[in-house]
Amino acid sequence: MNRSFVARNPSVLIFLALLALFTLGVTILSEGFGVGMVSTSFVKTLGKTLCLCLVAVAMDLIWGYAGILSLGHFAFFGLGGYMIGMWLMYERTRLIVVDALAQGQLPPTPQEVVDGIGNQIFGVVGSSDFPVIWSFADSLTLQLAMVVLVPGLLALVFGWLAFRSRVTGVYLSILTQAMTLALALYLFQNDSGLRGNNGLSGLQNLPGVNASQDVVSMWFFWASALALGLGYLLAAWVVSGKFGSVIRGIRDNEARVRFLGYSVEAYKLAMFTLTACIAAIAGALYYPQAGIINPAEIAPIASIYLAVWVAIGGRGRLYGAVIGAAVVSLLSTWFTGGQAPDVPLGFYTIKWVDWWLVLLGLSFVGVTLFAPQGIGGLFDLISDRLRPNRHGADLGPDQGSLREKEAQQ
Amino acid sequence: MSTLLEVSGVSVSFDGFRAINNLSFRIADAEMRAVIGPNGAGKTTFMDIVTGKTKPDEGRVLWGEKSVSLLKMSEAKIAQAGVGRKFQKPTVFEDQSVQENLLMALKKPRGWLPVLSYRPSEEDLAKVATLADDIGLGDALLRKSGELSHGQKQWLEIGILLAQEPRLLLVDEPAAGMTPEEREKTTDILVEAAKTRAVVVVEHDMEFVRRLNCKVTVLHEGSVLAEGSLDHVTSNQDVIDVYLGR
Ligand SMILES: Nc1ncnc2c1ncn2[C@@H]1O[C@H](COP(=O)(O)OP(=O)(O)OP(=O)(O)O)[C@@H](O)[C@H]1O
Ligand SMILES: [Mg+2]
Repeated sequence: MNRSFVARNPSVLIFLALLALFTLGVTILSEGFGVGMVSTSFVKTLGKTLCLCLVAVAMDLIWGYAGILSLGHFAFFGLGGYMIGMWLMYERTRLIVVDALAQGQLPPTPQEVVDGIGNQIFGVVGSSDFPVIWSFADSLTLQLAMVVLVPGLLALVFGWLAFRSRVTGVYLSILTQAMTLALALYLFQNDSGLRGNNGLSGLQNLPGVNASQDVVSMWFFWASALALGLGYLLAAWVVSGKFGSVIRGIRDNEARVRFLGYSVEAYKLAMFTLTACIAAIAGALYYPQAGIINPAEIAPIASIYLAVWVAIGGRGRLYGAVIGAAVVSLLSTWFTGGQAPDVPLGFYTIKWVDWWLVLLGLSFVGVTLFAPQGIGGLFDLISDRLRPNRHGADLGPDQGSLREKEAQQ
Repeated sequence: MSTLLEVSGVSVSFDGFRAINNLSFRIADAEMRAVIGPNGAGKTTFMDIVTGKTKPDEGRVLWGEKSVSLLKMSEAKIAQAGVGRKFQKPTVFEDQSVQENLLMALKKPRGWLPVLSYRPSEEDLAKVATLADDIGLGDALLRKSGELSHGQKQWLEIGILLAQEPRLLLVDEPAAGMTPEEREKTTDILVEAAKTRAVVVVEHDMEFVRRLNCKVTVLHEGSVLAEGSLDHVTSNQDVIDVYLGR
C-alpha cells in the first residue's frame, strides 16, 4: 500500500505511454505537421474520439465505480460544448461585424457593434437582442469558467435533490433521462437564447487565428489527448485510495457503507458533480472539432450510447471505458459513413447504414449476457488474473474458502 | 456503571403488524448482553431501530452520557457517534481485500474530502495488521474478501466493527454457519471486545450464549419476555413455552 501511485497502478503508465505514442504518430502522419498521410478530416475524427474516450472515463467513474447508472452525462457533455461555442461564435461574429463597420465613414459605437453581432447571431430565430445567458460571451476566461460551472451546478442541484431522497437504481436512471430530455426540449425552443434547433455553428474557426484547419485541427487533437491523459490520471487517482474503496463499497452495498459512518449521499453527489465537470470539458473540446452543436446532440439516446460504450469496453476499469468508446465510435463512423461494404445475401442486401444500430444492439446484449467484463476482460486472460466465479452459493463452513465451481476445479 | 443506551417504550408496525411492541432495553458502558428469542421476535428490527435504519412509531432511544436522541440522526451520524453493527447475513465488501475492508472501517474522518486525500500511514497499516491477527486473518490481508470462507467473512465483519472503535457493538447472529471451533474463537473475540465496550449479541445457539456468560434478554413478539442470567431465564415457564419448548 505504501508504494508510489504509479507502481500500484501500472496500467496508468501503460495507458499514458500508449496515448503519447498515438499522439506522436498522428502528428507525424498529419497534414498540418507531418507527411500528410492522415487527412485533416480524419485528424478531427480522431480528436473527437479522444473526447468521447474522456466522457466515457467519466461515465465509468460514475457507473462502473460508484454504481450510479446515469443516463444523463451526455447532457453535461453538450452543455460544455454550448458554453465554449458561445464564445467562439460571439468573438468570430464580432470580428466580422467590426470589419464590416470599419468600411463606414464614422467609427462604430460599441452599441452598434453589439447590435450588429446580435443581428448576425440571432437573426435565424427572428431576434437580435442578447439573452441574459450570453452576458459573459465576450470574455473567453469567463466563458471557459462556465464550461465547468454551468454543468457542475446543474449536476450539483440535480444530484442533491435525487440523492437526498435516496432515489437509486432504475428510478435514478429514468430521472437522469428525464433531465436530459427536458434540457434538450428546452434548447430546441427558439427563445431558449441558444438559437433553437439551429444550434451554434462555425465553431471550427478560432477567432483571430489565421492558421489553416490542417494546423488548428492538430491543436485541438493535442488538447484532446492532453485532456484525456490528465482526466485518466485524475480518475485513476480518485479511485485508487480509500475514496475508491468507499465508492466501490457504495456500488456493492450502500447500506453497509452508511453503517460504517460514511454519508453515502455526499459521496454520490461529489462523484456525480466531478464526472459532470469532466464530461463538460470533454464536450468543450469536442464541439469545436465537430464545428457545430445543436440540441439533437443532447437527445436522451446519446447518453444511452455512452452507457453502451462503457459496457462493451468493460466497466469498472478505466481503460475498458476508453477502449469501448474508441472502438464503438470509430466503428460507428465507419459503418454509418457508408465505407463499410454492403453484404449481399442474394434475397436481401445488408446495408450497414441501416443495420449498424442493430449490430450494436446485438453486441450490447451479447456482451451483457456472455462477457460482462467487456473487451477489457480480455486483458485479464492475458494477465491471468481472472476473477473467481462467484455465482454459486456458499458451500458452507467445511469446504473452506471455495465456492461451487472453484471447488470442482 | 453509567447507561450507554436506553431504549424505552419503542413500538414499530409494518403494514399494521406490530414487529416491536413497547420495547424497553438498557445497556451499560462495558457490558455484554445476549438477546435471544424465536424467529420473528423482532431482534433484527430492534437493531434496525438503534442504528437508524428503521424509524419507530413511538418511543425514545437515548445515547451516551448526554442522553442524546438517536431518532433524529442519520445512519451515518449514528455510526459516527459510536454504534457499530454486524449484519445477520455477513456483509463485507467482497470485491476488496481484507486490508481495504479494514482500512475503510478504521476510525478516521468520514468526510469525502479528507478521505480523498487519505493515504494510510505506517501506524494505520500496523493497526490493521494487528486487527487482522486478532480475527485470525493475519495471513489473508491481501486476499479479496470474497474468497474467504463463510466463517472468515463473519470474522472480517467483526474486525470491521472493531476497527470502527465503537462504544456499542450490535452483533446479529455472529456464529451462524460456523463450525464448532470457529464458534469458540468467535466467543473469545466478543468476550475480549466486551471488556472495553458494550456488546449486544443476538444468537439462537444456546451453547454459544452460555459461553458468553452474561445477562440475557429474551424477546418475544416485539417486547421483553424475561431478563436475567441464562439459568434464570431458561427456568422461566414463559420462555420455555414460547422458545425453548419448541
Ligand atoms: N421491513 C419490514 N417490512 C415488513 N415486515 C418486517 C420488516 N422487517 C421485519 N419485519 C417483520 O417483523 C418481524 C420481526 O422481524 P425480525 O427480523 O426483527 O425478527 P428476528 O427476531 O430477527 O428473527 P430471526 O431470528 O429470524 O432473525 C417479522 O415478522 C418480520 O417479518
Ligand atoms: Mg434476525
